[in-house]
Amino acid sequence: MRRLFLGAIIPASFLIVWEASSRTGLLTLESLSRPSDIVRAGYVALRDGSLLLATLQTCETALIGLAIATVIGIAAGTILGLVPTAERVAGPTIEALRPIPAIAFMPLALMMFGFGVGLEASVVAYACVWPILIVTIAAVRAIEGRLLEVAAVLELPIWKRMTKIVLPAAFERINIGLRVSAAISLVVAVTVEIVLNPRGLGYNLILAEQSLQIGLMWAQLVWLCLLGYVLNLVLSHVGRGPAAIWRPL
Amino acid sequence: MQAVRKNPVAVRPVGADRPALSISNLSVRFGTRTILDSINLSARKGEFVCIVGSSGSGKTTLLRVLAGLGRADEGKVLFEGTEISGPSRDRAIIFQDYSKALLPWRTVRGNVALSLEARNVAAAEQEAIVAELLARMGLSHAKDQFPNQLSGGMQQRVQIARCLAQEPKLLLMDEPFGALDAMTRQTLQDEILQLVADKHIATVFITHDLEEAIYLGDRVVVLGGSPASAVESMEIDLPRPRNQLTTREDARFLAYRHRLFEFLVQKRSPVAPQRKGQD
Repeated sequence: MRRLFLGAIIPASFLIVWEASSRTGLLTLESLSRPSDIVRAGYVALRDGSLLLATLQTCETALIGLAIATVIGIAAGTILGLVPTAERVAGPTIEALRPIPAIAFMPLALMMFGFGVGLEASVVAYACVWPILIVTIAAVRAIEGRLLEVAAVLELPIWKRMTKIVLPAAFERINIGLRVSAAISLVVAVTVEIVLNPRGLGYNLILAEQSLQIGLMWAQLVWLCLLGYVLNLVLSHVGRGPAAIWRPL
Repeated sequence: MQAVRKNPVAVRPVGADRPALSISNLSVRFGTRTILDSINLSARKGEFVCIVGSSGSGKTTLLRVLAGLGRADEGKVLFEGTEISGPSRDRAIIFQDYSKALLPWRTVRGNVALSLEARNVAAAEQEAIVAELLARMGLSHAKDQFPNQLSGGMQQRVQIARCLAQEPKLLLMDEPFGALDAMTRQTLQDEILQLVADKHIATVFITHDLEEAIYLGDRVVVLGGSPASAVESMEIDLPRPRNQLTTREDARFLAYRHRLFEFLVQKRSPVAPQRKGQD
């Protein structure tokens, strides 16, 4: 409680100074709304459902993209981690594709999918697949060789070898990649919406700016901050979750 | 318990003299380095063979070939008439580094059950089999614990239980008690003797400890030379069940120890330079 109080001193005084200086006319920048206006605009957007709808759209798309990236990243990463030859074949291609900014694929994705979920999710998936892929390759390589020998001596078929030995052994490391990508998914989804896709939080944000609803724009920005904070909180807890669930297997 | 009291020789089934395991002219090379050179060795059904040799003598390499985890560059290894070409559930291997061989995310019970899952034993039957094996290995109280919560001796027991759960016909042990304290080692030695006698499993046991080899084995094989080529085989004619005190104090035990020790020392030096020159 005391820590919470101490940590709140700076943002609280910042808000007070901000509110006071814009009310007294000390601060006249158009881009800066008053905190009270921001709260009011946020409240209105929450009440009429537009904010929640946009949040749902953004999160849904980010999740779809992340899910695609997870499946592809873990599957490909496992193969590349287990089969050195496959890694030598695919390695250069991966290194060539990985540094391309996902956003650069937006025009291409637009042509392929048109406006909507497909456009956004595909760009998110492209951005998210690399951390998961790279971490999975490393995680699978780092599996204790003895465990693979145990699997071999028990003549576990390939599917059981994956589900009973390889994935549980690599899971904790893969999880790190998942957390990194989850954060990326939200960033990329909002970016695609700001630049191109007419839906979700990013689009609402740019719409508010262009219609000079500065209070609303700020409210959505604050909302995004909260969303990112909550996402991070959820991820750091979920991170321990599946590992614990996997244990009894 | 009963089976152990009898002499294992009497317990052996008819036809026991036909070799269960036969190794002929086995050579293994790592790059240009020869590790094993024309090894010949065989083991009867239900026989307990101990292989001794100094460190780096190729003992583990030999065992890995038997497990199907290592390949032979020359020669043939037959197990029950079939050539060994890869790993098999019929041949269980107990690794020295038990902490690496156990699945850290599974409980003791889960680790033992892995072998049953591999054998496609129905889930309903697994519990009873696991419970029996754990009771046998004195692990019942620890069944829900994870490997890293157990002592070294207990972890090695878990690995033995898991190997038994795969119902092997051949048990391969690679210095299984090397990392354990003396008391634990002696207890496990007696337990493994009892298990192997009860189940009539042929065993190849690797150790660098001569006394352990004589105490456990029906036969002790010395792997000497560099590369390892000289195989000296010695039948150990000591009564069973063996006893940590009386067996080790037996005059024959000491005589075996004496002869094997001399053989080991003899084999260590003079062969080496000649052989190296050939590679």
